[in-house]
Amino acid sequence: MPRDTNRTGSPWQGMGAVAIKELSDHLSSSRMRVLEWLVVLTAAASLYGAVRSASGGSGSDPFVFLRLFTNAQPPLPSFAALLGFLIPLVAIGLGFDAVNGEYSRRTMSRILSQPLYRDALLCGKFLAGLATLGICLVALWLLVIGLGLVALGVPPGGEEIARSLVFLLLALAYAGVWLAIAMLFSIVFRSAATSALVTLGLWLFFALLWPMLAPALAQVIAPPDPLAQAFGQPTLQTMQWEQWLGRLSPAQLFNEAVIAILSPATRALGPVFLSQLEGALVGTPLPLTQSLALIWPQATGLLAGVILLFAIGYIAFQRQEVRA
Amino acid sequence: MNTTDTTPVIQAEALCKRYGATSAVDGITLSIGRGEVFGLLGPNGAGKTTTILMLLGLTEATSGTVRVLGCDPQRDPLTVKRHVGYMPDAVGFYDHLTARENLAYTARLLGMPQKERDAAIDQALARVRLQHAADKRVVTFSRGMRQRLGLAEIIMKGAQVAILDEPTSGLDPQSTEEFLTLVRTLSADGVTVLLSSHLLEHMQRICDRVALFHAGRIALMGTVPELAQRVLGGGHAVLVQARGNDLAKVLESVEGVGRVEPAGEDAYRLRADRDVRAAVARAVVSAGGELLGLSPETPSLDAIYNRYFQDQSANEEIRHAA
Repeated sequence: MPRDTNRTGSPWQGMGAVAIKELSDHLSSSRMRVLEWLVVLTAAASLYGAVRSASGGSGSDPFVFLRLFTNAQPPLPSFAALLGFLIPLVAIGLGFDAVNGEYSRRTMSRILSQPLYRDALLCGKFLAGLATLGICLVALWLLVIGLGLVALGVPPGGEEIARSLVFLLLALAYAGVWLAIAMLFSIVFRSAATSALVTLGLWLFFALLWPMLAPALAQVIAPPDPLAQAFGQPTLQTMQWEQWLGRLSPAQLFNEAVIAILSPATRALGPVFLSQLEGALVGTPLPLTQSLALIWPQATGLLAGVILLFAIGYIAFQRQEVRA
Repeated sequence: MNTTDTTPVIQAEALCKRYGATSAVDGITLSIGRGEVFGLLGPNGAGKTTTILMLLGLTEATSGTVRVLGCDPQRDPLTVKRHVGYMPDAVGFYDHLTARENLAYTARLLGMPQKERDAAIDQALARVRLQHAADKRVVTFSRGMRQRLGLAEIIMKGAQVAILDEPTSGLDPQSTEEFLTLVRTLSADGVTVLLSSHLLEHMQRICDRVALFHAGRIALMGTVPELAQRVLGGGHAVLVQARGNDLAKVLESVEGVGRVEPAGEDAYRLRADRDVRAAVARAVVSAGGELLGLSPETPSLDAIYNRYFQDQSANEEIRHAA
């Protein structure tokens, strides 16, 4: 369509104003306050367990700070796993009524009749959501580091800080995926209740159901051969299918990347043959660059997800009638 | 304001909008001058709002051309939207923000410098008499106050064109009165006002010209007297209130009276080709009747509208029968 090819003026005009207004709305909204308390309280509980187990361990652990993120004290999951579960909830809370809320408040056509393009409105809203999530995550990260300093009594090493910062970026990308999903549904569905329900449904699907469904589907696609079955071992092909299907879920990508970056001893994220381990010093930590190389596919996958979902939402929004 | 400037502010030429096979707007041509108050009338779904959205560049026209202040809203929407204020049907604001904060957001979207912002907002709110509610949250506002806040936004923007979609629907009579007065002052300042409504009485009172929409086309366009001439036929209409026996016959016999219709108890509506009031008064009195009232009737937009659509459906029946 020749619609946008010859329009004049910057598509970014007004984006700053939209982003600032949305950011202040987010930060002052009671919805955000509830979500923040939920995250802070559950994180505090899981950190308490992590601190106890970390300080009880041997003093020679070079990555004791990272243990704060990864140690789990049953029944609570680790801090990292908990964030993997709660980040989508916060992102959905910020994005589920981003666009349809403007329609139901009947502000959409009034705002779009001001000198700005729809691009600016959508990008501004997305950036404000991302900034809000960023602020929350940075605050949480600082709390963990501070708590670690107080509870463990040792300063974190440079590599620990670097690794936990990478974790922060991964968390932000993961949050971006869910923010983009929530905004996409807020564009597609005119009712905020519907979009919230659909997005939360998708979140539950990926968080709870997909980890169970992926292995089952893998068994169907690549049935294990009888020989392997006799040994009670899955076939390599089945395992690979299981892994690839699992990685369709952003939660799986995030979890794999987090494991590799926060547990420096992680050497691979898939099945490994014994022959490949020949000469490897199992249990010794990888350098940061190698860990980064390991999580590169997962990280780019998350980023690609953000861009793709946002682009779909963008196109849908551009084609929408603004009437009402 | 340059009064000699005669270039139209809004110009549409053969404007069409199709949704699949149905056309919402089907070849509209209109031209509106500076400072004019122009009304778009018609039943719901006649294409009024779609036309407005195309003028603003919020909806893409399927074919035809539009020029608003000399710009194409399709290609240069930012310029058009900077100078055109739009108040949608049942305008909404951010309920959790105050009136001032809502306007401040618009001012930031307009890129208004911070220094001018506060003064412009105060001035606009004072103009619509909302200064007492400036720091109240919009959630507490009545419908009339919201409409006035919408107008304040247009005033703050310093718009040269104000497009108001159904601005008076759902307002109580007093709010309507206030609102129409505000629109009048806006037009006195040289702002071109485009209104859409199906509340004909309001439109008749403030519009210089109107366009009657019917099934995506402009069926009639012009001043109200012009339309009356065309739809109701020429001549004078007089409402006579009188008591007496067989007055209808008496009235019919007055020279110049074409038709007499009963208009309720002891009331008759006359159609005449000249001003017959004096003759009618004489005739009633000399026939022994009591003359209670005698008033010329300005043709109402209501009557024009109803007559037009009656004629339309009658024509259609004839066409179907044939």
